[in-house]
Amino acid sequence: MLKIIRNRFEQGCKTTQYPKEPINLYKRYRGLPKINSDCDPATVRQCAAICPQDAILCEERRIDLGKCTFCGRCENVADGAFVTFSQDFGMGTSTREALVSDGSLPALAEHSTQHFKKLFGRSLQLRQVSAAGCNSCEADTNVLNTPFFDLARFGIDFVASPRHADGIHVTGPISKNMKAALIATYDAVPAPKVVIASGACAISGGPFYGSPEIVGDLGAIVPVDLYIPGCPPHPLTTLHALLQFFK
Amino acid sequence: MDNLLQINNGQALKRSTIPRVPFARFAELLDAFVKNDGFIVQFFALVEDGRNILLAVVRNTKLYVLSTEVGENFPSLTASSSEKFHMFEREIAEQYGITPVDHPWLRMVRYHANYRQVADVFGNNYEEDIPGNYQYFQVEGESIHEVAVGPVHAGIIEPGHFRFQCAGEEVFSLEIQLGYQHRGIEKMLTQVPMKRLPILCEGIAGDTSIGHNLCCCQALEALAGLSVDPGAQIVRSIALELERLANHIGDLGALSGDVAFNPPAAYFGRLRGEFLNLLQVLSGNRFGKSLVLPGGISQLMGEQQVKMIEDKLKEIEPEISHVCDLLFTAHTVQARFEHTGTVAKKMAEDLGLVGYSGRASGIEYDARVAFPTEAYGLLHANRNEMVNGDVYSRATVRREEIMHSMHLIRILLNRAGEACAKMTMSELTLEPESFVVTINEGWRGEVSHCLLTDKAGRIERYKVKDPSFHNWTGLAMSLRNQEISDFPLCNKSFNLSYCGFDL
Repeated sequence: MLKIIRNRFEQGCKTTQYPKEPINLYKRYRGLPKINSDCDPATVRQCAAICPQDAILCEERRIDLGKCTFCGRCENVADGAFVTFSQDFGMGTSTREALVSDGSLPALAEHSTQHFKKLFGRSLQLRQVSAAGCNSCEADTNVLNTPFFDLARFGIDFVASPRHADGIHVTGPISKNMKAALIATYDAVPAPKVVIASGACAISGGPFYGSPEIVGDLGAIVPVDLYIPGCPPHPLTTLHALLQFFK
Repeated sequence: MDNLLQINNGQALKRSTIPRVPFARFAELLDAFVKNDGFIVQFFALVEDGRNILLAVVRNTKLYVLSTEVGENFPSLTASSSEKFHMFEREIAEQYGITPVDHPWLRMVRYHANYRQVADVFGNNYEEDIPGNYQYFQVEGESIHEVAVGPVHAGIIEPGHFRFQCAGEEVFSLEIQLGYQHRGIEKMLTQVPMKRLPILCEGIAGDTSIGHNLCCCQALEALAGLSVDPGAQIVRSIALELERLANHIGDLGALSGDVAFNPPAAYFGRLRGEFLNLLQVLSGNRFGKSLVLPGGISQLMGEQQVKMIEDKLKEIEPEISHVCDLLFTAHTVQARFEHTGTVAKKMAEDLGLVGYSGRASGIEYDARVAFPTEAYGLLHANRNEMVNGDVYSRATVRREEIMHSMHLIRILLNRAGEACAKMTMSELTLEPESFVVTINEGWRGEVSHCLLTDKAGRIERYKVKDPSFHNWTGLAMSLRNQEISDFPLCNKSFNLSYCGFDL
């Protein structure tokens, strides 16, 4: 008992004050890209050629954040003449198209539906489904339940049964072998329900795009309401998206 | 041991030098090898000029390779020699449609059509939805009941199916049936442009991003004749240890949560994040993704990063030590951890367990010591004394490894000034008709990649083995005659990868 108390004092309160107070991530973190739309075409093409995800659209000078794994290779081309990454972790969108970004994203709060805010603003229960996720997205979702983020203080919880849930939070590129189980889980959630696609894999197949063993796009199976990009999304990206979209 | 060719970890050699022996000799050599403290690192099939080849990489204190040619089937080594071949033979059957005859438990591994487009060994038509269509081992009798769990689980974890045969609370048999996570990575690795290889390998098992990508990059370096700066080797080793720390600490917290002792669960949960943040300090990604590239590292470790890691270690090392003490001295925890989920040494050896699961049962093997890569050749090993093979031992090994890893990182940080150039991803020309196998001690144990190139220097066969491929059977055995309520605890004490197994 004494040890518990001693440890409790040593640990103190570690919960972040976010979103009341801003939080700054270390400079090496790669968040929302800053895109130079005046960059010369040759440099843009060079960036597109080295992009392992083929996420750069040369003509439009945009990056598809639904494909991007934020590996930062394009930042090294011509000292970031075309793209550099900011530490802005707020990257959730309500449509797939909005993720094809010119460096800006529409304000998520304004694009969420009042319907969802009214229904789930005070209590949101989610069923997480990993559909061939590599365990990065899963791990960084789990982290939201640790004392630092303490997701439950916002009335948001991950629950064990789809019957108890208001929606599903899906990670992974949706292997063919998980498709049936994913649809069964979706069907088991009572309507009205929300669907969240989390991570590059659920949005576009991520690193596995092109594999015949995956579906590679959650939107092709069930209607998606919220997209959270990243490989994996930073826990703050997820938290930001959930708060903006539902609160 | 004539015929077995001794090789080195991460050293490329011509495919023509790999000994090719008749199957009878192959079986005889491997049988003798695995029965004399020998273990299997890789055992897989490939097609060479239209012929079916089986290739085995095995280890005792050294590493060896051997191959043979087979037809459409071969006599099962699982049946005639050792359980160590079990999963590998099932994988060969599924991937290449080659039947190990008389295999005692020939079942699907990952549910996919084979690579040769020949008839499926299991008679499946993969146009249909196959997962779950599986003949489980069944115990029959009046008081026997069956419990089915998964593929979707109650927590935020990956999918898989567990089938328990129980009498009351007691588990007679647990069969673990995976494959739901299959993404076809091995095949992709032979087809996609080289620029995608590191990112794909980081996704084999996201919690082992560094471990798997190191194996990939070391293999590419060997085949392309690249050398790695000493400074880059130090950063890679630090990253591998940070990955180990994050996972070990997170799992000690989860074990604590599983026995309803909440304070350490909360503290370790938060402390785990500190190590993920340190990986982010190094690489910009909390799982170290994008850090390791063929030839070195993508971002240098400067004075600022060194100081941040040093300061953080100084701050949290005492905290970790105190929370460990809290966890391991609590009587309620000891009562649940001790004598639960025991895998005796004999069983662990028969199954070929690796990593902390093996070490907790008394198998000393640690690839960092046996086949050192990167900066490990100059570092000292960890020794653990607790080898009872139960949950308590597995937790204790991890506690010791946490302290050991932090010590290694401090040693490595002292050498931070060594020469190191920043690398970018480039197209590499690989040595044609060559073979390389790489091994690293990921946090779960032995991670190994094996590459074979064709006449044009393209990757013809890419074989990946995650330590979970060995250890899932260990978890199944640990549940024998346990209470079913101890399953979560046993499961977490192994904490195996679903996607690493399913690839």
